[in-house]
Amino acid sequence: MAGLDELNVKEGVEEETVEAVKSLAGTYKYGWETEIEMEYAPKGVNPDIVRLISEKNDEPEWMTEWRLEAFARWEKLDEPSWALLNYPEIDFQDQYYYARPKSMEEKPKSLDEVDPKLLATYEKLGIPLKEQMILAGVEGAEDMPAEGRKVAVDAVFDSVSVGTTFQSELKKAGVIFCSISEAIKEHPELVKKYLGSVVPVSDNYYATLNSAVFSDGSFVYIPPNTRCPMELSTYFRINAENTGQFERTLIIADKGSYVSYLEGCTAPQRDTAQLHAAVVEIIVEEDAEVKYSTVQNWFPGDENGKGGIYNFVTKRADCRGDRSKVMWTQVETGSAVTWKYPSCILRGAESQGEFYSIAITNNYQQADTGTKMVHLGRDTKSRIVSKGISAGKAQNTYRGLVSMHPKAKNSRNYTQCDSLLIGDKCGAHTVPYIEVKNNSSRVEHEATTSKVDEEQMFYCRQRGMDEEEAVALIVNGFAKEVLQALPMEFAMEAQQLVAISLEGSVG
Amino acid sequence: MLKINNLHVKLEEEDKQILKGVDLEVPAGKVHAIMGPNGSGKSTLSYVLSGRDGYEVTEGDATLDGEELLDMEPEERAAAGLFLAFQYPVEIPGVGNMTFLRTAVNAQRKARGEEEMSAADFLKFIRAKAKDLKIDADMLKRPVNVGFSGGEKKRNEILQMAMLEPKMCILDETDSGLDVDAMKLVSEGVNALRDEGRSFLVITHYQRLLDHIKPDVVHIMAAGRIVKSGGPELALEVEHNGYADILAEIDA
Ligand SMILES: Nc1ncnc2c1ncn2[C@@H]1O[C@H](COP(=O)(O)OP(=O)(O)OP(=O)(O)O)[C@@H](O)[C@H]1O
Ligand SMILES: [Mg+2]
Repeated sequence: MAGLDELNVKEGVEEETVEAVKSLAGTYKYGWETEIEMEYAPKGVNPDIVRLISEKNDEPEWMTEWRLEAFARWEKLDEPSWALLNYPEIDFQDQYYYARPKSMEEKPKSLDEVDPKLLATYEKLGIPLKEQMILAGVEGAEDMPAEGRKVAVDAVFDSVSVGTTFQSELKKAGVIFCSISEAIKEHPELVKKYLGSVVPVSDNYYATLNSAVFSDGSFVYIPPNTRCPMELSTYFRINAENTGQFERTLIIADKGSYVSYLEGCTAPQRDTAQLHAAVVEIIVEEDAEVKYSTVQNWFPGDENGKGGIYNFVTKRADCRGDRSKVMWTQVETGSAVTWKYPSCILRGAESQGEFYSIAITNNYQQADTGTKMVHLGRDTKSRIVSKGISAGKAQNTYRGLVSMHPKAKNSRNYTQCDSLLIGDKCGAHTVPYIEVKNNSSRVEHEATTSKVDEEQMFYCRQRGMDEEEAVALIVNGFAKEVLQALPMEFAMEAQQLVAISLEGSVG
Repeated sequence: MLKINNLHVKLEEEDKQILKGVDLEVPAGKVHAIMGPNGSGKSTLSYVLSGRDGYEVTEGDATLDGEELLDMEPEERAAAGLFLAFQYPVEIPGVGNMTFLRTAVNAQRKARGEEEMSAADFLKFIRAKAKDLKIDADMLKRPVNVGFSGGEKKRNEILQMAMLEPKMCILDETDSGLDVDAMKLVSEGVNALRDEGRSFLVITHYQRLLDHIKPDVVHIMAAGRIVKSGGPELALEVEHNGYADILAEIDA
């Protein structure tokens, strides 16, 4: 954090405070803010705001109607309270639902036209919005072999997408990769057909709200028998204060296609909490395969539990076609509160769903996360590997549903759910729900809870590592199976993140 | 090099005195062996010197090259050049042996204000050392000590020692569980590291090891104290007669 090194201590400011801020900033590397002129919709949410968002995005009438219906529904719903989460009531009328940089008023026609301040923001985050061989999101990429892969990036800043790279190259392959607002205008037939078909408007409180007010997000369509020529990624940045980010992602993998999609997210550190409620829908047709990897690194709040992102996310994949396959991999290190259950509907015969998760909570962070594997088709398979790590005063809950329907004959699930505790003020909880409604299917569940072992710590320290290095190494080992499921570039970033998010957890 | 002066140690949790006035000096470049009956406090001494939790020093001190050892954190002692080959090496699931060692080597270098070793140099270095100890590439990739046989674990300790190049090496029963060939490999590994600037404290129950690693001095530890010291012939005496005579001599 170069900025803070130059920080002058004002008279009257306690040295201690400065030190505290410095150490915090060192912990969460993405806590800086971009100073940029913004335009906001008025605070709060009501039909006028919904219409305004739709209008800002230049949407057709059907979309506006869709949103308004969702809003009417949302008004009748109550916020769910079943999760093991404890946070002050959210005042949904005390937020901005739309914030966009003034310079984005005219949508830039190409990356060259994008406000340099925005480009610089992503550059600083390690996501240069240039069409070159880059390793998205990887620091120290220069140490890596030169055969960097191409990764296309859609960059979302507060409520809008500021640009998408490699669009023309992808177009040649028939792949559509653009912001969802663009897709609504350019590919309405696809959006109409698929939007809300996996996560219906009525799904849950946060998804319903998202359906009403989502402002942007990414859209992916992979045509039949096409292997997407590069990895696709979306990088979400919340910058504005008191602003919720509601993004919507829609991925369609047509018959026999393949895509690997990465998602990254960060936000400035502030001492007021901020809301993030996303919906991701994935449609996987016959013989298609989608890999969806997330490194979630929203600001987690400070070490006293102040601030941070409240992250309420609905992610679901519908394996519609026979032999379709989806793999969710998530590394959840950020957010003050995480409520997230990426799920798989295994509808097609012999379809497969996998869920690999690392959830790390430190200080006052809380995570209630897991997955749902809904087996509808015959011979379907699912695999769940969840690694929860808690430190400080954090609470970490794995909540998972495995459901075998009567027609899901000969289906299999394997669940492995391990928790690791660092210190004795944190908690880990495992809440499995299992329903088997046919007698040819099998569900296996294994769960362990352990503490970071003193012997292992001493062994590492005797070899010269300090306590934090030792914990990071042991935790990375504990989470190895999941880290291995990530694309290589992400795996490196995730390993470093594990170390960073556990800083201050020992000693 | 290593100086231990009237060291008294009790368990932190209970009122049990384990070391009752250990005096020991290992000069630079020398190899000292410690023998002694089970439960006499040999491992405890090695743990206290390397800074493991759970012990309380009630009297005495220990220095490494004049630096007060007992005030330092375990990792500071390691960076100062103290190495312990564990009697029971610890398993760390999911952490590759090579990753572990590279992290350790670079942590020590960083602590000493030296530059980190590049990945390429490290690889060259570890391959050479592993070859000497007949440790194959597969074992370097496997998680630290997980599923290693007893003898493999011990060889792995010596590999770590060779990589970290410490100046004070404590070996706690590194020979236990080794077959004849492995014993030779390990001894050769230790002998290759013998150097004017490096000292060894070798804890063992058997003369066999000392045939290969010729000690300068042999100490006998009993009931938390060094009760007798002598030349290599002392180890032979123990081998033939056990501890009874020596202990009787002291009691008298
Ligand atoms: N944490 C502990 N709790 C209880 N007793 C302990 C503990 N640590 C050591 N001791 C006791 O202290 C004594 C010395 O143990 P130590 O392991 O140092 O012996 P040793 O000389 O290394 O024996 P061996 O030759 O069998 O390895 C033993 O009686 C042992 O039971
Ligand atoms: Mg012992």
